[in-house]
This record gives sequence, structure tokens and C-alpha cells, in this order.
Amino acid sequence: MSIYLDEGLPQPIADELDLPFWQGLKDGVIRLQRCKACQKFQWGPEWICHRCHGDDLEFSEVAKTGKIYSYERVWHPVHPALAAQGPYLIVLVEMPEADNVRLVGNLLGAPQDEVTIGSTVEAVFEHHEAGEASFTLLQWQRVT
Amino acid sequence: MDRTLRGKVAIAGLGETSYYKRGEAPEAEFKLALSAIIDACEDANISPSEIDGFASFSNDRSDPSRLAAALGCKELRFANMQWGGGGGGGSGAIGNAAAAINAGLADCVVVFRALAQGQFGRFGQGPRRNTISGAMAHTVPYGLMSPAQMFAMKVVRFMHDHKVDQSALRAISLAAYHHAQNNPRAVMNGRPLDADKYDASRWIVEPFHLYDCCLENDGAAAMILVSAERAAEFDHKPAYLLGSVAGSHYRAGASVHNEPLYATSTFTTLAPRLYEMAGVSANDVDVLQSYENFTGGVLMSLVEHGFCEPEACNDFFTPERFIAPTGDLPLNTSGGNLAECYMHGLGLIVEAVRQIRGTSTNQVSDVDVSMVISGPMVTPVSSCIFGSEATQ
Repeated sequence: MSIYLDEGLPQPIADELDLPFWQGLKDGVIRLQRCKACQKFQWGPEWICHRCHGDDLEFSEVAKTGKIYSYERVWHPVHPALAAQGPYLIVLVEMPEADNVRLVGNLLGAPQDEVTIGSTVEAVFEHHEAGEASFTLLQWQRVT
Repeated sequence: MDRTLRGKVAIAGLGETSYYKRGEAPEAEFKLALSAIIDACEDANISPSEIDGFASFSNDRSDPSRLAAALGCKELRFANMQWGGGGGGGSGAIGNAAAAINAGLADCVVVFRALAQGQFGRFGQGPRRNTISGAMAHTVPYGLMSPAQMFAMKVVRFMHDHKVDQSALRAISLAAYHHAQNNPRAVMNGRPLDADKYDASRWIVEPFHLYDCCLENDGAAAMILVSAERAAEFDHKPAYLLGSVAGSHYRAGASVHNEPLYATSTFTTLAPRLYEMAGVSANDVDVLQSYENFTGGVLMSLVEHGFCEPEACNDFFTPERFIAPTGDLPLNTSGGNLAECYMHGLGLIVEAVRQIRGTSTNQVSDVDVSMVISGPMVTPVSSCIFGSEATQ
């Protein structure tokens, strides 16, 4: 499949907090951090639960659909890798089945198309094999 | 127990270097800081050796001990940094300095900010390394990496929720550029802006045109604070600090755009405390300086400080209202971060004091209450209010 943004941006490297998330994307699933004590999801991943202060946290698979909470259409490239990119869309996606935590991704499709806040989007797993390490980005597409 | 800063501290001196386009300052950042501080001392007619405290924000690189050595300060009693990046700490640094004076920790504190982006790096650029981890790994690979991109997402949601038109943002930009034309220090002096030029300008990231974004500049600014009892010693009409607040509401620091209250300038809990301490309301404010990292931040800052209901923005945000001296809420009367200089907003605080003194290049008549809102949309943010002798 095609890659939404031109290659050359910094590649995500998993750390101690978010390793299960990045591994999940490679496997084609969305795993988000959840507190075992109060069962609430939180994002980004944190060292303790920000609700109950429990420190026994797990990663739990969630539905592959969300709702657009906000978005932006970027025109000015602030990184050399995007110099020939042209406009692109970033969406902030709310996950109703995971306590409405929000995830950042790109909205696939024509960048000039209208974007509707509140509309449903579904996950697309964008696998990158170029470069030193392989990784997968979580992208989104409109549900028609 | 008397827990207020109202009327306890006065601004005795103001100092600024020339303001330059980014990377064009002919001097090192540390020398710019010294120049602005010495300028502020001359304005106050005090010796730099009398300074016994330094307060700054945004991780300013000019170390207070090194400054004190260079200035010959007899004793260093207060060295303070307000945490947090961006300009959110500007008014907070004023509050910290005032609190130190009021508590007897120091007597003569300088608040300063210096920037030389040629000597050091630029703000509005993405990271240049090959890999990224932590919270930024969840935004940067999607092309979300600059301040404009971080904040546009909030502003889009706010404008969607309250049906705000682009014309509201444009009004903020037009007022700033209008004021800069009367201000010879302004970097954009001689570069006027009108509605057509704004509309035709390129998008940076929607809803921000080029002219909705702050400048990037080199220079320095400084302010000398002393106890209110000493205000009569100085030549200038005194400006008293009436109130100062800094901080943020519940979980404003949640990572990866997960703040529970998202479409906000982060002032929802601060603004009521500011007015309570200052003993004034939004209706009493004669002139307002509101930090423009981006115009959308000004939009939400004014709403959260009670100047306008969110649903009324399209009617409220007009250039006529914001232009001094005739508008009913003169805004960013030096040209601000958009058109005077981006000194991380300290220039806005200098201008607020100038309005009390009666020495602005866009002077509003009979200013008794002069307000500053610093660095919206980050955390911590801050705001402060100055008053004339009549407010004491």
C-alpha cells in the first residue's frame, strides 16, 4: 500500500511505556493503555493511572473505529522531508469504546476534501519497511 | 493573613534593545540581556549594582549569577525561573518577582527575556533527528511537530464548537499591524496589512494564515520591580501590579492531545482568580495586551477572560474595536508578537506599563487598568493586571 506522508520524518522508536502499542500496530491491532484497578483507558501511556494512581497498567485491544474530534490541514512544511508533500491532513480521533481517549494520525484521501468533526473513521495500518527499523503508523480513513 | 499582591509592587524601569529579525542581532544573546537590563536601570535611574533578584521564563539561557557578576550586583538574593516553554510564563515571572519582593526575599528584581536565534536555534521547525520516542513519537511521524500545528488543532475545534469565522482571527492581526505602523521599534513598521492582503496570504496550517502567526526575533527586554513604597522615588508615573496568576486547569498537561478540556487557551481557572486579586472586572480593563503565538490563542484568551461570550465572537472581534485610541478594547497596542517583536511576550508587558505611564506610540487616553495575557494554549499560562496611582 502507499505511504501517506513522504518518507524521511523521524521514525518512532518504542520506549518502555509504549512498546505494546507499537508492537500492536505491526500486528494490525490497536492496543491502548488501561488501568487494571479502575479499568479506565488513558493515552498517552503514563507511569501510573492518572485517575486512581494505580501502577498496574496493561495494554488492551480496542475497536478499530473512532470519531474525528478535531483536524488540521497543514500547508507549510516545517521539515525538509515534507518540502514536496503539499497540503496534508492530521486528525485527532476520539475512541468512544476506550473512554474517549484521543489518537493523532493522518486522514487518508485527498487533502483538500472536506473533513467533518464527529464523523466516523476506521483504522488503517501503514507499514514502513524502509530505513534501519520497520515500524507501523496508525492512519485513518473515512467510513462511507 | 493578607494573601494578595494587589498594590504591593511597582514597575520602576523598562528596558529594551533594538528588535531584530531572527538571526540578525549583531550581538550575543547574553550581551542583549545585559543591554536591556542596563537600559531598564537607566530608565529607573538606579544603579545595576542595586539589583538583587532575577526572574525569567521559558528556560532563558542568561544565567542570573553570570548576569549579577557582569552587573556588579552587591548581593544576589533571588534567582527564579518559571517552568514551561513558550511565553506562558511571562506574567508568571512578574508575579514571582513581585511575590519575592512582597515576602522580603529581595528588594529590586529584574524580569528579563533575551533571544538570539542566530546564535541558538529557531522555534518553528520540526526535529531534524532520524528517530523519535516518547510522547512526540505519537505526533511527529504524522507531520505534527511545530507550535502552529500543535495549536491549530485546538483552534479548529473551538471555531467549530462556536461557529467562529475567519474574520475574527483577521481582526486580531489587522489591529496588531495597524499599531506597528505608529511604532518605530516594530519590526513590521512600514509593512502595513489590510484585509485583502491577509486573505490572499498563504496558509501555514488552517485556520492560520501567515499573518496569524507570530514573528521570530532577536533582542531583549527587561523590567525593574520594587516595592510600592519606593514608587515615589522614581521619575515615571508609577504602574502598580494589581494581580498576577500562573498555572493551568485540571490535567492541562495530559500528553498527546488528551487534555480533558481541549479547545482552550488554558485560562478557565486562572482568569477568575486574577480579577479577584486585582479587584477589577473585564469591564474595567482600559487596554489589553494578549499574547499572540497565533491569533487563535488570542480568540480563546479573550473569551476565557470574560471579554466576550464564545457564541458572540463574530460580532465582537472587529479591527475597529481593537484599534487605539478609538476602539473600546484597544488590543496589542505596540504591534505585539505579530508585528512589533516576538520577545516571548515580554514586550507586551513592557507595553502594558507604557500605557499606564502614557508613553505608548498608540496611547489610549486615561489608562488606569492595563492587562496582559501571556502565552495561551500551553501550560502553565499566566496573566497579570497593572494599575495607575488612581487604583491604589
